[in-house]
Amino acid sequence: MNGEADARRTLDVAALPPMAFGNQGLIWWGTVGFMVIEGSMFVIGLVVYFYLRLQVRDWPPGLPNPGLRFGTWNLLVVLASCVPNLFAKKAAEKFDLAGVRVWLGVLVLMGVVSVGLRALEYTTLNCRWDDNAYGSIVWVLLSMHTIHVATDVVDSGVLLALACTGPITKSRFADFSENSLYWYFIVAWWIPIYVTIYFMPRWL
Amino acid sequence: MSELARPIERRQTITAADQERLRRQLSATWYVPRGVIGWFSVADHKTIGRRYIVTAFCFFIFAGVLAGLMRLQLAVPNNHFIGPDLYDQIFTVHGTTMMFLFAVPVMEAMGIYLVPLMIGTRNIAFPRLNAFSYYVYLFGGVMLVVTMLMNTAPDVGWFSYVPLAGPDYAPGKRADFWAQLITFTEVAALAVSVELVATIFKSRAPGMSLNRMPLFVWSMLVTALMVIFAMPSIVTCSTFLLLDRLVGTHFYNPAEGGDALLWQHLFWFFGHPEVYIIFVPALGIVSSIVSAFTWRPIFGYAAMVMALVATGFIGFGLWVHHMFATGLPALGLAYFTAASIVIAIPSGIQIFCWIASLWRGRPRFHTPLLFVVGFVAIFVLGGLSGVTLASVPFDLQVHDSYYVVAHLHYVLLGGAVFPLIGGLYFWFPKITGRLMDDGLGKWNFWLLFIGFNVTFFPMHVLGLEGMPRRIYTYPDNMGWNTLNLVSSLGALLLVLGGALFVYNVVRSYAWGLAAADNPWGAETLEWSVSSPPPVYNFLHVPVVEGRCALWDRSADAPIVTGIRSDIREVLITDVMDAEPVHKTEYPEPSIWPFLCAVVTSAFFIGSIFTPWALPVAILPLAITLVGWFWPKKRDREREAEERHEEAERRSRPVPTMREARA
Amino acid sequence: MIRKSGCGLPRAQSRGLPRVQSRGIRDSLWLSVLACLAASCTGNQATFNPHGPIARSIANHGWWLLLMCTLVYVAVMIAFFNAVWRRRRDTDDLPETARRLTRNVSIAVALTVVILIGIAASSVVAGRGLYSPGGAGALTVDVVGHQWWWDFQYHDVTPSDVFTSPNELHIPVGVPVVIKAMSTDVIHSFWVPNLMGKRDLIPGIVTNTWIQADQPGVYRGQCAEFCGHQHAHMALNVVAEPMDRFQAWVQHQREPAREPSTDEERKGRDVFMQSPCVTCHAIRGTDAGSHVGPELTHVSSRLTLAAATLPNARGHLAGWIANSQSIKPGNRMPPNALDPADFQALLAYVRSLQ
Repeated sequence: MNGEADARRTLDVAALPPMAFGNQGLIWWGTVGFMVIEGSMFVIGLVVYFYLRLQVRDWPPGLPNPGLRFGTWNLLVVLASCVPNLFAKKAAEKFDLAGVRVWLGVLVLMGVVSVGLRALEYTTLNCRWDDNAYGSIVWVLLSMHTIHVATDVVDSGVLLALACTGPITKSRFADFSENSLYWYFIVAWWIPIYVTIYFMPRWL
Repeated sequence: MSELARPIERRQTITAADQERLRRQLSATWYVPRGVIGWFSVADHKTIGRRYIVTAFCFFIFAGVLAGLMRLQLAVPNNHFIGPDLYDQIFTVHGTTMMFLFAVPVMEAMGIYLVPLMIGTRNIAFPRLNAFSYYVYLFGGVMLVVTMLMNTAPDVGWFSYVPLAGPDYAPGKRADFWAQLITFTEVAALAVSVELVATIFKSRAPGMSLNRMPLFVWSMLVTALMVIFAMPSIVTCSTFLLLDRLVGTHFYNPAEGGDALLWQHLFWFFGHPEVYIIFVPALGIVSSIVSAFTWRPIFGYAAMVMALVATGFIGFGLWVHHMFATGLPALGLAYFTAASIVIAIPSGIQIFCWIASLWRGRPRFHTPLLFVVGFVAIFVLGGLSGVTLASVPFDLQVHDSYYVVAHLHYVLLGGAVFPLIGGLYFWFPKITGRLMDDGLGKWNFWLLFIGFNVTFFPMHVLGLEGMPRRIYTYPDNMGWNTLNLVSSLGALLLVLGGALFVYNVVRSYAWGLAAADNPWGAETLEWSVSSPPPVYNFLHVPVVEGRCALWDRSADAPIVTGIRSDIREVLITDVMDAEPVHKTEYPEPSIWPFLCAVVTSAFFIGSIFTPWALPVAILPLAITLVGWFWPKKRDREREAEERHEEAERRSRPVPTMREARA
Repeated sequence: MIRKSGCGLPRAQSRGLPRVQSRGIRDSLWLSVLACLAASCTGNQATFNPHGPIARSIANHGWWLLLMCTLVYVAVMIAFFNAVWRRRRDTDDLPETARRLTRNVSIAVALTVVILIGIAASSVVAGRGLYSPGGAGALTVDVVGHQWWWDFQYHDVTPSDVFTSPNELHIPVGVPVVIKAMSTDVIHSFWVPNLMGKRDLIPGIVTNTWIQADQPGVYRGQCAEFCGHQHAHMALNVVAEPMDRFQAWVQHQREPAREPSTDEERKGRDVFMQSPCVTCHAIRGTDAGSHVGPELTHVSSRLTLAAATLPNARGHLAGWIANSQSIKPGNRMPPNALDPADFQALLAYVRSLQ
């Protein structure tokens, strides 16, 4: 202000890296925030399922149990997809672009298979969304998860395309890594939803 | 990349010429785009925050006019000014607008504008998402206003109970517009909340550990977390309503295994935290004003923080107190009575700490502090009527009567709007560079304070005299005539007070006295920059040395250097202690968030009319999202820079370890 | 599904009671006296004007609550204004002062907790017995909510003794009456502030409450859950009368409709049977059997029309039948354009249904 130089105490951060993986990075916080929001919705969906169970005597009321085959295959596929997911994450954290391309590619393929199986699941649910409240909550639970799988497959597909076309900056590897985190989230939620949709009618 | 990279403390010479060069470069880098396309491309938190505030107040005025119409209709018994159909639309849209289009967005807006400035960073995290959220909010609100103008507004109350709002008893699209409005506003609020959590946890200035964060920032953090956990419930329940109405599901249809009470549980599980989402930021505003106008830190910082957090937690355990009349088992109700009473304790702690702060400070009664006085006088009364409502026997008499209308306005207007207006008087100089007229401000305060009490206090009595809520008229011989007339006259004063506020804002914006950086001598970081702040917020990101950033600042306070000024580089710090961890680059302004919001809004509105909206919308949505996230020119440049840097790094020595702190 | 429940009403000694017009007039006079008393009494529909044990318990608790809240409010405001207006001293910023402030704030918080516990305790005490009456032998009445009227159904072991009393609930003084509440359409709420706290009527669920009056009188109640466009006009009257009068009323209500005694009334009955009226309104003892709308068997013995919206007088009845939409717009009854002579006859008939 007075034209003279003044020697100020400074904290020089020039040497700091331009990105970070995990919870030191911002993308992680956005992803986890989204996971908490969507997770809360899944929790509410499950709570509604059991709430509606308590409203009636028989479960499913007046309908056959859902068919197990496609749902179980889907469970196996998504559990298996954790393998390429794990390798994709590791590759991302090592800045291994070639590894990311390969494993993300395998993941997207398995995701597409899962979506196809999901379409078949709808046909063997043995209920319609407008039959009764049971049908409504089963379709909604399944559809909530389907939307997540489908959008994450597309999301991963776009990331795969970006991994192939570039440009690739260091922060892009954080995107690859957090994408894997989100895929784990989707796989993890399939387990309680699968058990609820397919086994609660048989157990409750 | 070296994992041993640490920030380095040293002394540097910074000349005035250096400062000037830095100023020019930062202004160029953090530019706010102009022109029509530019207006829709802005991703600066201050601009978006201002837009949110102005838009929210437009909705406030709209909802206020609706309230005025209601008071005109209720001023005399058996009135024919407004018939039942229109009245039901009016009270529904009044409540819906105030809760979803004014109260929550305006508080989030205060956070969007102030939090980055208070914590010493240049922008909010995920700035383009911030812009997107604003447009989605705007379009949803416009949709609701249009329905009101076209006689197709929702008419089933702001909490839209089923089966009244279901397919059998609410024909047409009215209730669908309500349910979809929820989707618009919740998407916007959730997006902003994730941004706030990430910003507050990860981009505070070095030295601002969690226990040095301003109380307003704490309040926005608690609020954002409440939004994240509460709003999924209403998104779910309103979606179920839309599905029941549009595709024949049976969530709320008792004849097919559904349940009318399911709606109430899901709604109020959100609805109760919702009122704390509105109220908790106001608590932060009050703390900011009290410390600034007593020139003392708030008494009992730790207790205040814990009170905010406790309010956030306990607020999730109260929802059944809205359902005491539904015949739920007594033991369950007793728990909710206890929780509803317990939440008074953290609020009480806050009031007592503010009283202590005022006691030991030297209060200067400018307009913001007057509004804090009004807040205490009104909110404490509202909180006490809330404690009475927590008691099941008493609630069974006054539930759904004008007593509740009185209570909710005392806590919302007193507990949130008074601090908000005080906060606007307080931060107006920072936002606009001009001071609001303090004399007019005092008139403003008294008009609003007296008008408020004349309007709403009689409603306690009316409720105890048996007047239910949501009735478009009442008979002549109930003994309700006088108090209703008094209440309506009070509403006139409120309208005058509101008009005076708008007048003061406009007048001060155009002709107000120019404001210095820190006209109030306050202690938080936003007061260390010019009024209004430069687009880049801080010339140098500060290093914070105490809880009151400006009052605890030593003469030789350090600043952060090494953040690039030619790109939008931001320092990311650690959650607990705000130690610098890495730097990241924020995106440039972009039109894609706006385009994506347009497509999203068209999809939301279209799906009210046909399920085909989903398949039709998928492709445009995908296009706009891909456009949003596809690499831009800057990314190519960055890639080249990184390659260059990597080559250079091979020949650079390992950075020195950090010197011990003084 | 409405569950039938024995209501323990004493049975009439003989079934062949004469349908005496004079008795209807006597009842009407009695009801008019009660209505005048009620209307002139400020505090009808007021929480702090209890006339029954539930309302009294709540009112006492309510006074205690309001007293505590007033004291707390005054104390907080005194502390607040003292803090704001006090003369500042140099010792204000010393650490001892901060310690003293901490102690005072802690005391205030502790007092708050104590007061809140007291409020919770009072609430528990007032809430005892809120859900069901103590004594046995309580009468049971079903309340069925409709958009925008009430149907009070008195059950009996003998099916032919079952009757309904739309919009007017008669109860014997001093006897607890169990209420089973249900709804045929949307959520309503049954609320008679002088006698009891409200209970919601929820479709698909039967909720329970009870009501008791300790003095004779007419107590107005009103729907307290927004139920659509005419929520404002969905009120009711509770008529509490001594047991003998109540039993006489029950006997009378059980009887089918009075036969018309004049030509005009007979013509009126024909008009009724040939007009749209019969599609919604039942009159026991005739062929009219639809329960869409309120039953009219004894409509002219009631105090009010249209869910306590209109006094039950000839002029109001005429206006209601001719165009109920101008009085309660949106209600389910269409306007009726009738030939004037037919209209007068219809009025005469309906007025004869005592």
